[in-house]
Amino acid sequence: MKSAKIAREKNEMTPLVQEIEGCARRAGLDPFHTLFQLCDYREMNEIAAFGGFPIRYSHWRFGMEFDILLKGQTYGLQRIYEIVINHDPCYAYLLECNNPVIQKTVICHVFAHSDFFKQNRFFAHTRRDMIDRMAANAAKIRRFSDHYGTEVVEEFLDLSLSLENLIDYQAVIPPRNARDIEGKRTRDLMLFLIEQAQDLEEWQRTLLEIVREEAYYFAPQVQTKIINEGWASFWHSQLMNQFVLTDREVIDYASQHSLAVAATPGQLNPYKLGIELFRDIEKRGIDLFEVRANCNDAAFIDSFLTEEFCREQKMFVYEFNRRSGGYEIVDRNWLLVKETLLNQLTNAGQPFIYVQDDNFEGRGELLLVHDHHGLDLKLSDCHATLQNLYRVWKKPVHLMTVIANQPKMLSCSGNSKSEVAI
Amino acid sequence: MALRIEKEWRRFVQIIKGRVKRNLKSFITKGELLGKRGGEVISIPLSRLEIPRFHFDLNAQRGVGQGQGKLGAPLSRQEGEESGHGHGEAGNMSSPHALDVDVTLEEMIKMLGEELELPNIEPRGQRHVLTEINRFSSVKRTGPQGLLHFKRTYKKALQRELMSGTYRADHPSIVPIKEDFHYRSWKVVEKPTSKAAIIYMMDVSGSMGDEQKEIVRITSFWIDSWLRYQYGDLECRYIIHDASAKEVEQDTFYHTKESGGTLISSAYKMGCEITQRDYSGDDWNVYFFHFSDGDNWSGEDTKQCIELLRNRLLPSANLFCYGQVESRYGSGQFLKDLNEYLTHSANLIMVHIENKDAIYAAIKSFLGKGK
Repeated sequence: MKSAKIAREKNEMTPLVQEIEGCARRAGLDPFHTLFQLCDYREMNEIAAFGGFPIRYSHWRFGMEFDILLKGQTYGLQRIYEIVINHDPCYAYLLECNNPVIQKTVICHVFAHSDFFKQNRFFAHTRRDMIDRMAANAAKIRRFSDHYGTEVVEEFLDLSLSLENLIDYQAVIPPRNARDIEGKRTRDLMLFLIEQAQDLEEWQRTLLEIVREEAYYFAPQVQTKIINEGWASFWHSQLMNQFVLTDREVIDYASQHSLAVAATPGQLNPYKLGIELFRDIEKRGIDLFEVRANCNDAAFIDSFLTEEFCREQKMFVYEFNRRSGGYEIVDRNWLLVKETLLNQLTNAGQPFIYVQDDNFEGRGELLLVHDHHGLDLKLSDCHATLQNLYRVWKKPVHLMTVIANQPKMLSCSGNSKSEVAI
Repeated sequence: MALRIEKEWRRFVQIIKGRVKRNLKSFITKGELLGKRGGEVISIPLSRLEIPRFHFDLNAQRGVGQGQGKLGAPLSRQEGEESGHGHGEAGNMSSPHALDVDVTLEEMIKMLGEELELPNIEPRGQRHVLTEINRFSSVKRTGPQGLLHFKRTYKKALQRELMSGTYRADHPSIVPIKEDFHYRSWKVVEKPTSKAAIIYMMDVSGSMGDEQKEIVRITSFWIDSWLRYQYGDLECRYIIHDASAKEVEQDTFYHTKESGGTLISSAYKMGCEITQRDYSGDDWNVYFFHFSDGDNWSGEDTKQCIELLRNRLLPSANLFCYGQVESRYGSGQFLKDLNEYLTHSANLIMVHIENKDAIYAAIKSFLGKGK
């Protein structure tokens, strides 16, 4: 019944999709073959909670995402119109109750995302068969749960996820093994643990591998939020205006489009920043297709954000004021705006943490170093993370960092933790 | 159709409700649901569990925003929240300070209903009373900005500009003037509703302290809200009693401190009188809630109470709920007596409320029958 309904609507949509794909290709986009599926809002929330995939391994954090999406939807805070995933063929999920004008806009938007995934160099080495991989990973983890117990596996998953950001975000190709890593300092702590940690059971190693693989798959996405959304918004606007829109749809479209790319006061809307920057770059006569092929967010901002642009877009830097307990505007200097943005975007907004020594003090202890670039780590979470790391490494673990301008060594060995100034 | 995600969702809910012990740092604030209320809007925090990571301290971090504002101008909470529209994409990141959602009291009540799995009430009585409600189904020339009919307004402006010849195809700028503005508006329609009355009774004898009254107050507030949501039209009456009963205003009900002995039958008698006088028709759904520490003066009086319940109160009521709160002097005999003599009454519900944490369960027992 259900699938019949989808099939029927898909058939109705097919001519529209084909027409828009034709327009997109005429305009110079080169997307993957893209398949569309209509979903109701619950299915949309489910897919979004699973990070865009129909099957993921079982874990409560997807449930949490679902909870947040569902409440956000119920109270009218947000609504997901579409989900596109980096895949070949590319899959796009559309909300079935989108009105026809929104649906057209969204289809244009999707083709531009699909083009971005295919053409941007940071995605070149991501797996494009991730739907199958994720399903296979889910099956593996389910077998482990059956064998070792749900609680045990869930607990180790929690632990693995606590380390999932300790990968090399700047590696376009994920290192395959330790030989890929030159010198002793590696940032791929996940890989390091998989290869070097003693006394790990095989299933635990596999869990770490799965979490790492999926983290690398999502890494380019996290680092191309502004440019990818900007690109998609730029093109849905171009395509709608040049080819797709009929006269009677203009008002609905304009109203919808301006909502999507509206500047939320006090917050950065990646759609808005991205589309405006692309328009600005176009005016300067730069080849947009080159930009989309070679940049991630950091490069996009670093290369193209100008003083005039910041002024026109009324950009500012805000900061948390501990006295008033709220965020305040502190500066409008464009260089500071740029620096702040770059700070957030570099390395996917994650700290640079290296493996310094795996035989620290000659006792097989693990020493990590945080390259401090002005921002402190959250101390309480550091201790909890070190504790998780200890449970994998099984010997004392240490992190050298800087807290409030004071170099510190945080250590964890079992239940005892310490914080020593150095 | 059951969704795959529901399994993960249930697991998450189990963890945050503490049914599963996990070594996770959580930002859940319990009891929040029953506590916070400011005017019409209640702020409920979305529960999140955080997996610890090496990451930056977000509060210490600067951010970039867009918009007007002088240096030093605060960004309001509202602005910090997630933007209302967007195309969701795989790998979405949520903003760090989007933790609270503001809901209206009505939505809050719905959530309470869902949370406690309360059934909707099936009203008694055949006759229904008609009430007027508003349906937004028409368009008017005046109205508040929030109800502006954007498309209609735009069309009118375009029409006017075309007709008056001020429209320029090469520079199409449409500026609506006063006459162009149209607003959504409502029509009044009649809808059948049922009427309900709650009669609250509370023991205010010396042994009932502030803490006990606080429990009664919180419990009644949520019962009140739920029934109001179910019926739309609700009358409340308040009776306090020590050795004698009197009818009072809501405020007095919660704040009086009497002293002396306790004759529960005095309140029950007055409850009977009020019902007979004001709510005797078929179309009334009558609820009694009685709170006491269970210390009645004599067994003789308790017997009288049981008679009143059996012959007069229970037959005329949808529900009779008795909540026994624990006082400094322990809990009295009354609950036990009721239990002994009136076990088989379907519409009598008795609950022992030891402390504030038990309120939740008490509400569920009181309203869980859907009567």
